[in-house]
Amino acid sequence: MNLHNIFTVYGKELRDSLRDRRTLMSMFVIPIIMIPGIMIAVAGISMKALNKAREEVPSVMLMGGENSPLIREALAKDSKLRLVPFAADWKQQISDKQLRAAVEIPAGFEAALDRGDSALINIYNYEGELRSDLAAGELRDFLNGYREKTVAARLAGRGLPATLVKPFETRTQNVAPPEKVAGNRFGGMVPYLFILLCFTGAMYPAMDLTAGEKERGTMETILCSPVARTDLVLGKFLTVLTASLTSAVVSVITTAVTLVIIGLMAGTPAAARPGAMPTLDPAGLLLVLAMVFPVAVLFCAVLLAVSLFAKSIKEASSYASPMIILIIIPAMMGILPGVELNARLALVPILNVALASKELVSGVFHWQYLGLIFGSTCLYAAAALTICVRMFNREEVLFRT
Amino acid sequence: MIQARNLTKVFHDKKRGEIRAVDDISFTCSPGQIYGLLGANGAGKTTTLRLLATLLRPTGGTAVVAGFDTVADAERVRASVGFLATSTALYGRLTARETIAYFARLNGMSDAAIGERTARLADELQMHEFLDRRVEKFSTGMKQKTSIARTLVHDPAVLIFDEPTVGLDVMTARNILRFVRDCRERGKTVIYSTHVMSEVEKICDKIGVIHQGRMVAEGSLAALRETYHEQDLEEIFIRAVGADKEDAA
Repeated sequence: MNLHNIFTVYGKELRDSLRDRRTLMSMFVIPIIMIPGIMIAVAGISMKALNKAREEVPSVMLMGGENSPLIREALAKDSKLRLVPFAADWKQQISDKQLRAAVEIPAGFEAALDRGDSALINIYNYEGELRSDLAAGELRDFLNGYREKTVAARLAGRGLPATLVKPFETRTQNVAPPEKVAGNRFGGMVPYLFILLCFTGAMYPAMDLTAGEKERGTMETILCSPVARTDLVLGKFLTVLTASLTSAVVSVITTAVTLVIIGLMAGTPAAARPGAMPTLDPAGLLLVLAMVFPVAVLFCAVLLAVSLFAKSIKEASSYASPMIILIIIPAMMGILPGVELNARLALVPILNVALASKELVSGVFHWQYLGLIFGSTCLYAAAALTICVRMFNREEVLFRT
Repeated sequence: MIQARNLTKVFHDKKRGEIRAVDDISFTCSPGQIYGLLGANGAGKTTTLRLLATLLRPTGGTAVVAGFDTVADAERVRASVGFLATSTALYGRLTARETIAYFARLNGMSDAAIGERTARLADELQMHEFLDRRVEKFSTGMKQKTSIARTLVHDPAVLIFDEPTVGLDVMTARNILRFVRDCRERGKTVIYSTHVMSEVEKICDKIGVIHQGRMVAEGSLAALRETYHEQDLEEIFIRAVGADKEDAA
């Protein structure tokens, strides 16, 4: 192995890649401009739509209740609802989003209450439609309040205290540190993002430096220079790894900054909303980076080997793109609640890192599993790199026609 | 010096079975000599040259290039060879100067030596005007000059040219031929593969005719004329590969 040659190849490939518009797009433009831009735009539009929906006083149709003047009057007085006169096509109006919801008061409702009987009030809405759901919520809040008042009046009428039907209150208080709460909620997301971005960041450079070179005819030029195949592949590998890690780190930083911006846009400082912004264990985060590193090595080596086999970027892309599914499934399994790290899962590539990272950002360190995961992932990465070097020594791969 | 002894290369194809691309070829090319490898498309010229440049490993036989065995000492062979072919393209996003420097560095040259060598090559090949421009913007002639500079940067003892004039205009092709002759004047060992008869007549000292992977005729142009009782190289070639008999049949 000749370090001078490895770094000569690395320096050249890095310079070449940084002059390539497509590599720059995947390394910098997409994570710095496009991802935050899309996130802010989507968040802005959704917040605007939500605020507009919340500001609207929903139109609600009252049906029945002709002989129940008290509840009708109370409904009409509620400033959060706008009652509209009954119309026979109320269902159609709800479907057409002209009417947000309808409430049906049964006949003899108040008389039943006076007798101490039970009654059923129906609320009709367009499920899944934001404004209609908000209107149904307002109706529920109103009716819950009305029910409580009725109960209180009944109890008072019988000379009984309100605590009779509410003998005790409940309150849940969190005693876990904020980073553990956030770790449980978001711990899976951080490594998932890292793992996915490491892969997508490596994809284009890996294809460009192998299949792309074959396609452009520069592979034969470099192969007839005295550089050893191992030095050549290591130089290329370091370039792909640099692109992969840069893309992932840049993406995670810009995503974090974007989340803060979105928090500020929402009007409340991010730190003031518990759980809204993850407060992650810093030492755990560093360990996550250390765990993701061999995964990035594994991805880069596999992508280089697969792309080298292809004759063109198009062919390489058809091999590499389906691999994203293979990455996403175990990475997503790590986010699922209830899937916990054990010795067997510690040997499953990608899933092991996703599970360990969830614990790490919560400040939980199972050192024996961490050692097993790091060791096994390093072994997989070394095996992939060895295969990649061997591929570079196979003339039927280099000169595949 | 190039010495090929019973050089053989067999490829295995799933559909076509065993293909003997190069079949028991032997020849010698000495310093200060241009050896012309003449053959039709698919005759085995490129495979032979790739074997000499260590891009492929022979199935049988041996080749010694500049005193080094192509299998046992592949890296030293490559350090002694300049290989120029239509299939050896340039990096479009590098400048001509960066291209020359990259290959010089891989050949172990120091920065000072690279600067000196680049200046000399730019003088000889008249490259100063476009030395710091990216290759992707070059004309075919500029690309050829850069390729030649890339091939010569480490001052190799052996030069291998695989159909270097294919697709070039007359003026650029003439420049290439003049450059190949210059290499001979400087005492380099030159092997030149082509299927253009006129090029062989103009520059080659010795000719080897390859057909279906085998060396079917070898000698100087004069010797071949005498052997085949023909003056025209095209006729000699046709008779050497047996195409005249196939036509008659």
